[in-house]
Amino acid sequence: MSQNSIMPGFRLTIGFTVVYLSLVVLIPLSTLVFQSFRLSWDDYLHIITNKRVLSSFYVSFSTAIVAALVASFFGFIVAWVLVRYEFFGKRFFHALIDFPFALPTAVAGIVLATIFQPSGFLGKLLIDTIGVQVAFKPLGIVMALIFISIPFIVRTVEPVLLEFEASMEEAGASLGATRLQVFNRIIFPNVFPALLTGFALAFARGVGEYGSVIFIAGNLPYVSEIVPLLIVTKLEQFDIEGATAIALTMLVISFLLLFVINTLQYWVRKRSGQL
Amino acid sequence: MNVIQLPVNKLVAPKPQALQDPDWVRWSLITIAISFIGLFILLPLGLVIVKAFSKGIEAYWSALSEPDTLSAIKLTLITAAVTVPLNTLFGVTAAWAVTRFDFKGKSLLTTLIDLPFSVSPVISGFIFVLLFGAEGWFGDWLVQHQIKIIFTISGIVLATLFITFPFVARQLIPLMQEMGSQEEEAALSLGAGGWRTFWSVTLPNIKWALLYGVLLCNARAMGEFGAVSVVSGHIRGITNTLPLHVEVNYNEYNIVGAFASASILAALAVLTLILKTALEWQQARR
Repeated sequence: MSQNSIMPGFRLTIGFTVVYLSLVVLIPLSTLVFQSFRLSWDDYLHIITNKRVLSSFYVSFSTAIVAALVASFFGFIVAWVLVRYEFFGKRFFHALIDFPFALPTAVAGIVLATIFQPSGFLGKLLIDTIGVQVAFKPLGIVMALIFISIPFIVRTVEPVLLEFEASMEEAGASLGATRLQVFNRIIFPNVFPALLTGFALAFARGVGEYGSVIFIAGNLPYVSEIVPLLIVTKLEQFDIEGATAIALTMLVISFLLLFVINTLQYWVRKRSGQL
Repeated sequence: MNVIQLPVNKLVAPKPQALQDPDWVRWSLITIAISFIGLFILLPLGLVIVKAFSKGIEAYWSALSEPDTLSAIKLTLITAAVTVPLNTLFGVTAAWAVTRFDFKGKSLLTTLIDLPFSVSPVISGFIFVLLFGAEGWFGDWLVQHQIKIIFTISGIVLATLFITFPFVARQLIPLMQEMGSQEEEAALSLGAGGWRTFWSVTLPNIKWALLYGVLLCNARAMGEFGAVSVVSGHIRGITNTLPLHVEVNYNEYNIVGAFASASILAALAVLTLILKTALEWQQARR
């Protein structure tokens, strides 16, 4: 170990950091790994390949992907409008973007369930006009996850759009490009890595999301039951083995996603010349 | 790089229409963006208020002054009062260690600090059940010594500590990295001690980012649902935090009760946003 010669407090700060990190995060997390050693490989496969478990993984992943895609599309437009245009109330809308991040998930859950339930304000409207029921279906989960995803997309795309140099667009324009060509060939390719990072962040959050989803989902096994809820259900039935196997699988997937996100962010920074 | 020299008189001015979006595009995009924010953010916010007051202001107050609601508020405040200072202390210490020294495994340490962000809230609660639950690793030992953690406030505090762990550190690390340590080195070489340097050089430089981190940490500590729900046991009036109280009321079709409690949490979220925006303007002005 080497340390900066003059700065004080190396032993104190590094010691406290490592001890506190171990006590609060690493030791608790590692119990999940050690607990899973008590399961044999066959037991593990038996739990994970259960039809209800597989369905819950399908529900969680498909809804999270759809929600992150929809949120990426609209989030990009929101970020674009907030960076490029001037309009009345812009600062107000700008401040609102982080609301899903600040609002406790349980509150988001009951509010969205109330809006989209068949007797609710939008739920009734959607059933009457296009005959689509949102609440208590996978579509309801998608709605909740779109809400959760908004700040992840907007806040990742926004700084890249802000730092985007006008000279690049001017160069394209002076070479005779149309506006659509400038957007397609210059702006979008430069913003894409950030958009992909935002998508991955939203997806990773969506897969593990619990509070905002369970009220609107209906939680019907095989149809609208998400993985985190299944872990809770197993736990309430004192099926620690089942909960452990599912939780460990989720944890491994989350860490793989974290790795992908870190690689993407490295790519974004490299492209924008910060490295 | 080759620079192509063009005769000045042949330089064409860029076509303005290639640099600006046509009006119809501009207005359609603004409309889409505002409708999207309106649908997904303003409507939910408005609905909390409408539902909370749907049976009048008296029903609202009586829902809030119910003993179970008051004890939920108290439990939420206690949880935040324990976890926020601890994670703030950690955040400042970790930021100092990571940004002021070079050592092996530094980037691993930074990654590990962010770890709780990528763990599902339910799993964050579950690991504490595995450790301290009746059938958990320390289960027998805790029973022998008559200590209860799961289904008590201790479990709630531990799960919240885990969930809000990275918030302060994550705000401070990039800032202190960017600032460098020249100012502190100057203070130290002029004879100031380590603490004095921290209080009068470092702290004034990081105070806004620190406040920002504390704000986000506090919002999450008071609002966490999934992790707390797993360890709390939902004992009314004893281990129900405010978000859990919202759930219990909602599932019992006590809509005014659920939304009255939800309105406090929504107000907290709005207050957090206002303070956050004020802090951002403060930083932009500097």
